[in-house]
Amino acid sequence: MTVSEYIVLWVGGLLTLMIFSFLYKDNPFYKFAEHLFVGVSAAYWMVVAFWTTLIPNMMGYFFPGILGKIATNPQEAEMVMSAITDLPMYARLLRIVPLIFGLFMLTRLLPKGAWLSRWAMAFIIGFSAGTNLTRFLQSDFVAQIKSTLIPLIVINNGSFDFIASMSNIVIVFGVIAALIYFFFSKEHKGWFGKTAKSGIWILMVAFGAAFGYTVMARISLLIGRMSFLGTWIDSIF
Amino acid sequence: MANKETNFVDRMQKLDRRVIFVLIWLAVVIPMLMKLEFPVRPSPVVEGIFDKVESLPSGSIVLMSFDYGPATVPENEPMGDALLYHCMLKNHKVYIMALWPTGEAEANRAIERVITNKFLDKRYGKDYIQLGFKAGNQGLINAIYSDLKGMYTTDAAGVDINTFAMMKDVNKLTDFDIILGVCSGRPGLKEWVQFAGDRGNIPVAGGVTAVEAPLLYPYYPSQLLGLMGGLQGAAELQAALGNKYPEYTEYVKASAGSVNAVRNMGPQTIAHLVIIFFVVIGNIGFFIQQRRKKQERVGL
Repeated sequence: MTVSEYIVLWVGGLLTLMIFSFLYKDNPFYKFAEHLFVGVSAAYWMVVAFWTTLIPNMMGYFFPGILGKIATNPQEAEMVMSAITDLPMYARLLRIVPLIFGLFMLTRLLPKGAWLSRWAMAFIIGFSAGTNLTRFLQSDFVAQIKSTLIPLIVINNGSFDFIASMSNIVIVFGVIAALIYFFFSKEHKGWFGKTAKSGIWILMVAFGAAFGYTVMARISLLIGRMSFLGTWIDSIF
Repeated sequence: MANKETNFVDRMQKLDRRVIFVLIWLAVVIPMLMKLEFPVRPSPVVEGIFDKVESLPSGSIVLMSFDYGPATVPENEPMGDALLYHCMLKNHKVYIMALWPTGEAEANRAIERVITNKFLDKRYGKDYIQLGFKAGNQGLINAIYSDLKGMYTTDAAGVDINTFAMMKDVNKLTDFDIILGVCSGRPGLKEWVQFAGDRGNIPVAGGVTAVEAPLLYPYYPSQLLGLMGGLQGAAELQAALGNKYPEYTEYVKASAGSVNAVRNMGPQTIAHLVIIFFVVIGNIGFFIQQRRKKQERVGL
């Protein structure tokens, strides 16, 4: 193990213990680790955004030399620089538009002129809605309806498949019951009310499954941390 | 008897949460120290992934996206390693990329653990390539759907993409035989289904963290070939691989860290039993208290 790996292990181990100390009660060690995490995360994402978005997608178009300087090797430097310098000037200057929108976002910090940030927000929301709408309609609406239109009696190799049939019945009934629960234009009485009530049960089962999965995720992370602490302790002795 | 029951219920209802924390901690640490393992059987939803990768002809082109960060390594790492191992075993050509900036580093670690250590005959640029991270989230998927080389002009190390033999026949997402995602949030497997799989009729499969799994199950089996949900899903894929290729089990057993999902399911199971115990006790206590309140009302 190299010295740097050893230091990383110690820092990681001590910070893990500081975070776990919150389980006993709030304390200055936990606060220190928490603030350190928030600070480091914010700085990390800022640096990542700067070098992976602002520089290659914005500044590089105005000053291709920057890309040449940050390239990992001369071949890449030449490639990216020539790719940009080969573009017509108007194509490069078009990047001024997102730059202006980006600056509009920062106007939120000004007492006057904060309204300009709404333009940038409107663009982001409009773009996101437009991009996502068709895909959500296709994948989460049309395709999901299609997946629910399934035979309730499944015949496999000429014989009745009980398990597959029950599975399909549960899916179809579950979807209908849950939908009826959210249908408020008709009073939940009689068979309609009973179906709506079973819809609640279906939803509760779904929430229970989601909770169970969440527990599994958290325990997995605990196992990961314990495994890390084990490596740390091993390195000491 | 009634007093004893009352005392027990009251004590359980007022139990210090730190006692539960300690018990959960013990439930995790003791099985880890004892190396407690339970048999894991692959479920059909995970077998779907294994069968597809297994049935693809040798040399098929596979896109693997590492869309996670260090926070979910215990869940995602065994999935990524198992998928990469399987692809290498079947001599598929693997194109590795990341929608998350942290995913590139995780992918590099997976390459080192699996390919560099185990598949010494595999050559970079011929059998696998690291395309790396690009910003853009689902916008990136949209862009590479029709023009992969337009977005990835170089590999992660900055080498011209056209100099690699394995990039000759790959220009867009529909050129891939399967997309395998190892994801922990957004953008992730959902976006791969929406923006690539459904759009181009490309088979998509992969693994996600347990928290996200319930959101992905509705896509199975028509839009998602298979899904690994959390550590259990990873353990099932490892079990499927181990059943067919016993040398894989040996490899995983020898691996350090959180790669061994089958072994990590031991503490996971015990911790779940402890939680179930407390859920049951909590509910019994709740109903006893309700009954007591009812009796008090009737008495009044």
